[in-house]
Amino acid sequence: MNPVLSVRGLDKRFGAVVAADAVTIDIPAGQRISLIGANGAGKTTFVNMVTGYMKPDSGSIVLDGTDIGRRSPRSVARLGISRSFQIPQLFIELTAAENLTVAISGINARMLSFHSPAQAQDRHDKALELLGRFGLADVANRPISELAGGVRKLIDIAMALVRRPKLLLLDEPTSGVSAEEKFNTMDRVIHAVAPDAATIVFVEHDMEIVNRYGDRVVAFYQGRILADGEPADVLMDQEVRRYVTGGVR
Amino acid sequence: MGKNLHPLVMIALVAVVTLFGRVLPTWTLSLATIAASNALIALGIVVLARTGNVSFGQGLFFAAGGYGVALIANAWGLTDAVAQVIIGAVCGGLLGLVIGPLIARYSGIFFGMLTLALSMVFYGALVKSTALGGSDGFNVGRPSLFGMSFVDPREADFMLYAVSVIVTGFAGIAASILFRSEFGLASLAVRENNLRVEYLGISANRIISINFVIAAIFAGASGAFALMAQRHIDPQFAYWTTSGEFVFVAVLAGNQSVAAVFVASMALELVRSFSNLYLPNTWQLVLGVFLLSVILFLPRGIGSLWIRDRHSRKGTAVGAPAAPEKGAAL
Repeated sequence: MNPVLSVRGLDKRFGAVVAADAVTIDIPAGQRISLIGANGAGKTTFVNMVTGYMKPDSGSIVLDGTDIGRRSPRSVARLGISRSFQIPQLFIELTAAENLTVAISGINARMLSFHSPAQAQDRHDKALELLGRFGLADVANRPISELAGGVRKLIDIAMALVRRPKLLLLDEPTSGVSAEEKFNTMDRVIHAVAPDAATIVFVEHDMEIVNRYGDRVVAFYQGRILADGEPADVLMDQEVRRYVTGGVR
Repeated sequence: MGKNLHPLVMIALVAVVTLFGRVLPTWTLSLATIAASNALIALGIVVLARTGNVSFGQGLFFAAGGYGVALIANAWGLTDAVAQVIIGAVCGGLLGLVIGPLIARYSGIFFGMLTLALSMVFYGALVKSTALGGSDGFNVGRPSLFGMSFVDPREADFMLYAVSVIVTGFAGIAASILFRSEFGLASLAVRENNLRVEYLGISANRIISINFVIAAIFAGASGAFALMAQRHIDPQFAYWTTSGEFVFVAVLAGNQSVAAVFVASMALELVRSFSNLYLPNTWQLVLGVFLLSVILFLPRGIGSLWIRDRHSRKGTAVGAPAAPEKGAAL
C-alpha cells in the first residue's frame, strides 16, 4: 500500500543545533503513530516541516504523490494535512462555535461569502456537531477566553478535524491535562477523530498514552530517528530507554 | 455581538435621516455633510481595523478620490454628484487594489507606518505638482444632481446632505452585513491569530487586502464628498493630520458598531464647531478633553454604550483546571 506521507532524508539545522538529521519515515493510511523524544529531540520541528511552517534544508516530503516540502501551511492544509498545537491556537475573543465556524469556512476559503451570515444554520449545525463529538456542546456560546486549558485543547483538535484531513497531526494532545483526566481526554479525542481522520500522528511525552493509543512509535533523539516500530518493541529498546524514556515505561 | 437591526429597518432610518434634513437649519446641513463624509472614511478604517490593522494614511485615498473627481470634473465638465461619488470610490479603490496586496504582508505598527509614509509621499508629490495647483490646489464647480442645478444655497446644501447621508447610510448597511458575514468573521479571526487562519486553509493576506480595498473605496468616496462640500481641493487632503482626524473618529466609535461611527463623527463635528464658536482661543483644548474623556470612560468606543462587549461577559472557567502549559510550539 502506498503511504499517505513519505518523508525522505529530511534535514533541518538552526545554527549548530541539528533539529532534523536525515529523517526518513513512511506513514501508511490508517495508522496511529506516536512520536516520542526528549525536549529538543526534533518532534515538533518534524511536525512544523510536514505542515509547511518550516522549510527543510534538504529532503522531500510527499503527500499522496505531491511534494509539499516547499509549500505554505495554507497550501498543505488544503492538500489534506491538519494539525493541532501544543499550546492551542484559537481565536480567543470568539466563542467556541465561532472558532469552529471559521474552520468550516476554511473548506471553501476562496469563496468566503460577503453577505451570507457567518452563523448560517448549516455551518452552525456542523460546528455544534463537532463540539458535541468532544462533549463540548454546552460551551458553544462561551468565548475561548473563559474556557480552561483542557477544553481549549479539545477545541483546537476539533478545528483541525473540520477538513476531514488525510493526515492529522496532534502536538501533545494531553499536555496540560491532569493525570486523572488524561485517558478520558485521549478516549474522547480518539472517538471524536475516528469518523474524519483515519491516519493520526501524535507527539506525546506520556509513555502510558503512547503504549495504549499508538499502533507504532517513532522515537527521536537529537534530530535522528532512534527507533521505529511497535510500541512494545520501541519502548523496550535499550537506546530508547537510555535517551528517551529514561527507563520508565 | 449585539443585536443587529434588519437591513430594511436601516434603510428606513436612512430615509428618515435624509428627510429630517428638510427641517434642519442650513448651517447644520453642511456640518452633517462633513460628518457623514468623515464617518464614511472612518467606517473604512473600522472595517480594516477588524483585521487588526490600522491605517494612519487614509488621507492618501481620500486625496486620490478628491483629485480624481476634481480633474475629471474640470476636464469633462462632469458635475453630477452621484457620478462624482462613484468616480471618487473607483479612484480610491483602484489605488487600494495596487497598494493593498503589497502591504497586507505587514502588520501592527509597520502596517500603520507604511500607510502613513505612502500618504506623505503622495502629499509631497501633490505639493510639487504645478499641474495640480501645487500647495494651493484648485477649484471645481458647484455639483448638480441628475441634470438639476441648484442655485439656491440651501437647496444645494440639502442636495449634498441627502446624497452624503444616503451613500454613507448604504455603506453602513453594507458594512453591517459584511461584519456579520462569513468573511467578516474570518476578518476577526485574522486579527486574533493569523497563523491559525493560514493553518485552516484561509489566506490572511487576501482577507486583509480585500478589507483594505473596501476601506480605500470608502475613503475615495469620502474625498469626493469633501471636494463637493468645499468646491476646492489641495494637498492637505493627503496630509497626516487629515488622516489622523479619521483615525480619531474610528477610535471614538470603536469597532463594535457601524452606527457608532456616525454618532462619533457627528459628535466630533459638533464639539469642534461649538468649541470653536464659544472658545475660539482654546477650542483645541476642549476637543482634546473630549477625546480623552471618551478614551478614559469608554475605552472600547462610543459603540460600547449599546453593544455588549465580548470582554464584559462574566463566567467561570469551564472544565477541569489545567496545568500550566509549556513553551510555545511555534
